[in-house]
Amino acid sequence: MTTLTMVEAIRETLRAEMLRDERVILMGEDVGHLGGVFRATDGLRQQFGAQRVFDTPLAESVIAGSAVGLAISGLIPVFEMQFLGFSQNAFHQICQQIARTRFRTRGSHTCPITIRAPFGGNVRTPELHSDSMEPQYAQGTGLKVVMPSTAYDAKGLLASAIRDPDPVLFLEPLRGYRLVSDDVPDDDYTIEFGKLRVMREGDDITIVTWSASVPVVEQAVEQLVAEGINPHVVDLRTIVPLDEAGLVAAVEKTGRCVVVHESPAAAGFGAEVITLLQEQAFYSLQAPLKRVTAPDAPYPPPGIEGHYIPSSELVVRAVRETLID
Amino acid sequence: MSKSRATRGSNLDSDRALSLLTMMERIRAFEEQACLAAERDKLVLGAIHPSIGQEAVAAGIMQAVNPDDFLLSTHRGHGHTLAKGAEPLAMMRELLGRAGGCCGGKGGSMHIADFNVGMLGANGVVSANITIAAGAAHSMKLQRDSRVVVCIFGDGAINRGPFLEGLNWAKVFDLPILFVCEDNQYSATTRTSAMTAGDGAAARARALGLVDHTVDGNQVEEVADIATQCINRIRSGGGPEFLHAITYRRTGHTSFDPAAYRPADEAVQHEQRADPINRQRELLTLAGKDKSELDRIHTQAQQEMTDVLQQAAQSPFPDPALALKDVQDIGSPEQELR
Repeated sequence: MTTLTMVEAIRETLRAEMLRDERVILMGEDVGHLGGVFRATDGLRQQFGAQRVFDTPLAESVIAGSAVGLAISGLIPVFEMQFLGFSQNAFHQICQQIARTRFRTRGSHTCPITIRAPFGGNVRTPELHSDSMEPQYAQGTGLKVVMPSTAYDAKGLLASAIRDPDPVLFLEPLRGYRLVSDDVPDDDYTIEFGKLRVMREGDDITIVTWSASVPVVEQAVEQLVAEGINPHVVDLRTIVPLDEAGLVAAVEKTGRCVVVHESPAAAGFGAEVITLLQEQAFYSLQAPLKRVTAPDAPYPPPGIEGHYIPSSELVVRAVRETLID
Repeated sequence: MSKSRATRGSNLDSDRALSLLTMMERIRAFEEQACLAAERDKLVLGAIHPSIGQEAVAAGIMQAVNPDDFLLSTHRGHGHTLAKGAEPLAMMRELLGRAGGCCGGKGGSMHIADFNVGMLGANGVVSANITIAAGAAHSMKLQRDSRVVVCIFGDGAINRGPFLEGLNWAKVFDLPILFVCEDNQYSATTRTSAMTAGDGAAARARALGLVDHTVDGNQVEEVADIATQCINRIRSGGGPEFLHAITYRRTGHTSFDPAAYRPADEAVQHEQRADPINRQRELLTLAGKDKSELDRIHTQAQQEMTDVLQQAAQSPFPDPALALKDVQDIGSPEQELR
């Protein structure tokens, strides 16, 4: 067992997967010589050579498009989008080429591709460097969307992603790269997709969240517990596939629910969660379902981003309102 | 820039010449039947994009590659796919969306693929195949595999970003790939020249450091000669090359498009002057081949593809449940089809 930051856990998992399977290659902007702008691939080019870890042009559509060709002819590409916001330049390749190869070929060929992309705000970087856009990719049917919040989960989920026969978008919360650290087993393990993590058992209200919003919710929980409120808290870990049964059970337990995420509200993934609960947990509900999200506005300049990202105060307020209803 | 030599009747390899003619006749017959299926029989759900008039590019390029080399093609790729070795019946079933198609009826005309013959996919999005092809070539290089990749796209593709990104990638990583711009002079319904700045396809490739060639894409012998030279160099590690094959799209953008946006006699004039099949027949006649032998090739191709359409039309549609299958390994959506 070793205490690792999230970015260290990601790097060590990449290293382990490359040692395990020589078909795994890493590519992306600045991932080779520099070792990645966030050091996620630091030292891997030196260890595995330029054939397996290489820099690419600043050209997202060919990074993603070439991954299809690499994957359908025998390799397992893991590529980095330097920021999730840049991935929109490759939206077509990701959602309409990578994600649909299995479907189009009647299952004869799949794309074992892992797309790593840091995302999320509160790191003093402007606008498209901080965008949370997981709901856009959640509609890219054929693509899995994995969103760890701890170093432990990052290791197990990334190992699962690289070993998956299908494409996985692996979203890494930028703010968590170094702020989040926890105990990570040295031995190999994987975490199954579509299984949420119960962060805290409680009876009063269920809080549903994932990835970058997990630390915000943890902070809110401290406050709530101090007020005598006992929340049940779950981290979805993967939004595609979604742990529907786990989610319904978690909300049926308390009859109340607040969903917290960092992307804007309209058509955000919280809307999907709430719809599912309305469909499958309706008769257990004791209060309206509530969301705490970013507002429906572009990500703001760094100096005022604190007003944009959902805060623990907003989460506490939403919980109180839901308990009164 | 290099020009291929003109091929003369006197030094013609008649076996190859007959084989090229046969393939062009088969492509033409296949697409004529596909057009009948679409227009006369209303059996094609959606559009098909014929390459009638462009057969020399498909036949000439594909005779230069090995069966296990890779091909990436376009929405106008029936000819490329057939020439790469795909079974016409499986292709026709695919066009008609029937069970037994190359992709079980799920790829259709624009996304047909047959990995068994190295055909890694046509693509309905102009220039999307260029980046995928660059990746396939990259894979061959990384795995020290001697196979090469041929990526065919139209003249419209050179105005899209992935053209630049893909060619740059191939040159930067020195990959075993032949890019072929099959220039039929139209981007959907607009003349490409009206929408293209500068000196066009080959000049753009040259600017990125690729070796470039321009060839009369209606002369199958010239296409075959130059493609063979390119593929040999590429296979022996010479890096990516670019071939600009200038041809002409006889039909409209789709089989339903009357092409009213161009001069009424343009297609007819082109057919009289530069039809690749007629030209190859003339060449073979000059080389002493009997007209009846050439006619027999034509008749056999027509018969083959008439039978293919007949059989394909009798094939069943796939099980509707197939619409929800092959999404991910975690299984298909469980809800019923609405």
